[in-house]
Amino acid sequence: MSEPSYAQKQYLLQKKHEKQFVSLARILVFLCFIGLWEVTARLGVIDSFIFSSPSQIAVTFWNMCMDQSLFTHIGITLTETLLSFFFVVILGIGTAVLLWACPRLSRITEPYLVVLNSLPKSALAPLLIVWLGANERTIVVAGMSVAIFGSVINLYTGFQEVDPEKLKLIDTLGGGKKDELLKIVLPSSIPLILSIMKVNIGLCLVGVIIGEFIGARQGLGYLIIYGSQTFKLTWVLMSIVILCIIATVLYGILNLIEKKYLKRI
Amino acid sequence: MKPLLEVRDVCLSYHSISGETSALSHISFDLMPGEFLAIVGPSGCGKSTLLNLICGLLKAEQGTILMEGQPVSAGNARIGYMLQKDHLLEWRSVYKNVLLGLEIRKEVTPEKLAFIDEMLSTYGLDKFRDAHPSELSGGMRQRAALIRTLALKPDLLLLDEPFSALDYQTRLNVSDDIGKILQKANKPAILVTHDISEAISMASRVIILSARPATIQKIVPIQLEIEDRTPLSSRNAPNFKSYFNLIWKELNKNV
Repeated sequence: MSEPSYAQKQYLLQKKHEKQFVSLARILVFLCFIGLWEVTARLGVIDSFIFSSPSQIAVTFWNMCMDQSLFTHIGITLTETLLSFFFVVILGIGTAVLLWACPRLSRITEPYLVVLNSLPKSALAPLLIVWLGANERTIVVAGMSVAIFGSVINLYTGFQEVDPEKLKLIDTLGGGKKDELLKIVLPSSIPLILSIMKVNIGLCLVGVIIGEFIGARQGLGYLIIYGSQTFKLTWVLMSIVILCIIATVLYGILNLIEKKYLKRI
Repeated sequence: MKPLLEVRDVCLSYHSISGETSALSHISFDLMPGEFLAIVGPSGCGKSTLLNLICGLLKAEQGTILMEGQPVSAGNARIGYMLQKDHLLEWRSVYKNVLLGLEIRKEVTPEKLAFIDEMLSTYGLDKFRDAHPSELSGGMRQRAALIRTLALKPDLLLLDEPFSALDYQTRLNVSDDIGKILQKANKPAILVTHDISEAISMASRVIILSARPATIQKIVPIQLEIEDRTPLSSRNAPNFKSYFNLIWKELNKNV
């Protein structure tokens, strides 16, 4: 490769500076926010009983890490989220394949799917608690209920958009519905599946927290509700911060898998 | 000699809620072993529909289509079909793409694999076995698609405007390539095209269809005054132009 020209170097340098500035500004915003929060809480500008403060959150975090109770809560919420995500993936793809394979079934069930998808799923949570009991199973189901209908609809729509000429190719080679599915529909839908799953992991977390609000003795959702009822708002805020981190990490992992896959093809 | 394919009095209509459209009306013709037939006609006249009928993807409402005396049915391994686009699957390597038909028919045997290897090297694709289809040129892609079709060793090849997605120069080269390949293998084929020159340069007979509902308007046997006929050299034959004019006039009767 030849040496890039002066103009090209200037351009790259400018891009680099722009990127550095944005990263720096982001960190600055974060530090200002934390600093302002801490200072105003200490000076009594805001009521630290309601708003807590970064240092209180850090101390609580440290204490709960020490007695290990925090790990149980995080572990439970994380397990429930991953379980419900796993079932959403399996059931979502399974149902979408079924609908794709029987167009008549999909036409019959379409209005029901649309209604279930637009229903605010948090309304179902109390019902689930009564039906299934206040246990982990219920919370996993609550997590699934938020994500499943949307995934089925989106996956099915994606399956239908597969180039009909490609399906005809399978027919001309003597293949049937099964070959169409395995050789064309599923492989061509992998990018779609990955992008839908990226959204779903967050939705599952939402559902699990809703479930924990009303029917749990453990987990971050329980911690939030318990904290707010006993006015331990430091607990609530700490849990929210941890949830932010969990959501970001889970999304990041799926994003990485998606990027890896798209790069490969 | 007995014909390989007999198309007898075939009719087909399209049905929709707003009504019925007659697409093909009383189509009859024969295809002899080793013969290369071209079908030309105005666009939308039902040329592709006719190929779908011959390979059994569609069923005729009236009439019969016999291959060596047997009615054709869907998934017939003896009939190979080349679509307008190559439809190579981007998530498979070239080699895996070529193997698709064998995988579907569960015929991945050492002999067939050896046959594929031989074709890949004959058609200059062996260097691209593990490449992704996107790395191939338009002509190479079409050749890969041909190998995919030929891997099943069909007795009859249906070509549905297989060159129409290519630019003109590639198109001439690829049609020459594929014409020679089929000539050498002595494979009978039916080519559907709207390109009159392409039809004359490749076929031994040209069937002209009328506008919808398509009927057989005329069958023109092509006898070019040239030795060692290939699709490209055919275009230099002295009587090429007169065939062109003849078909052109026939097609214009429809307008």
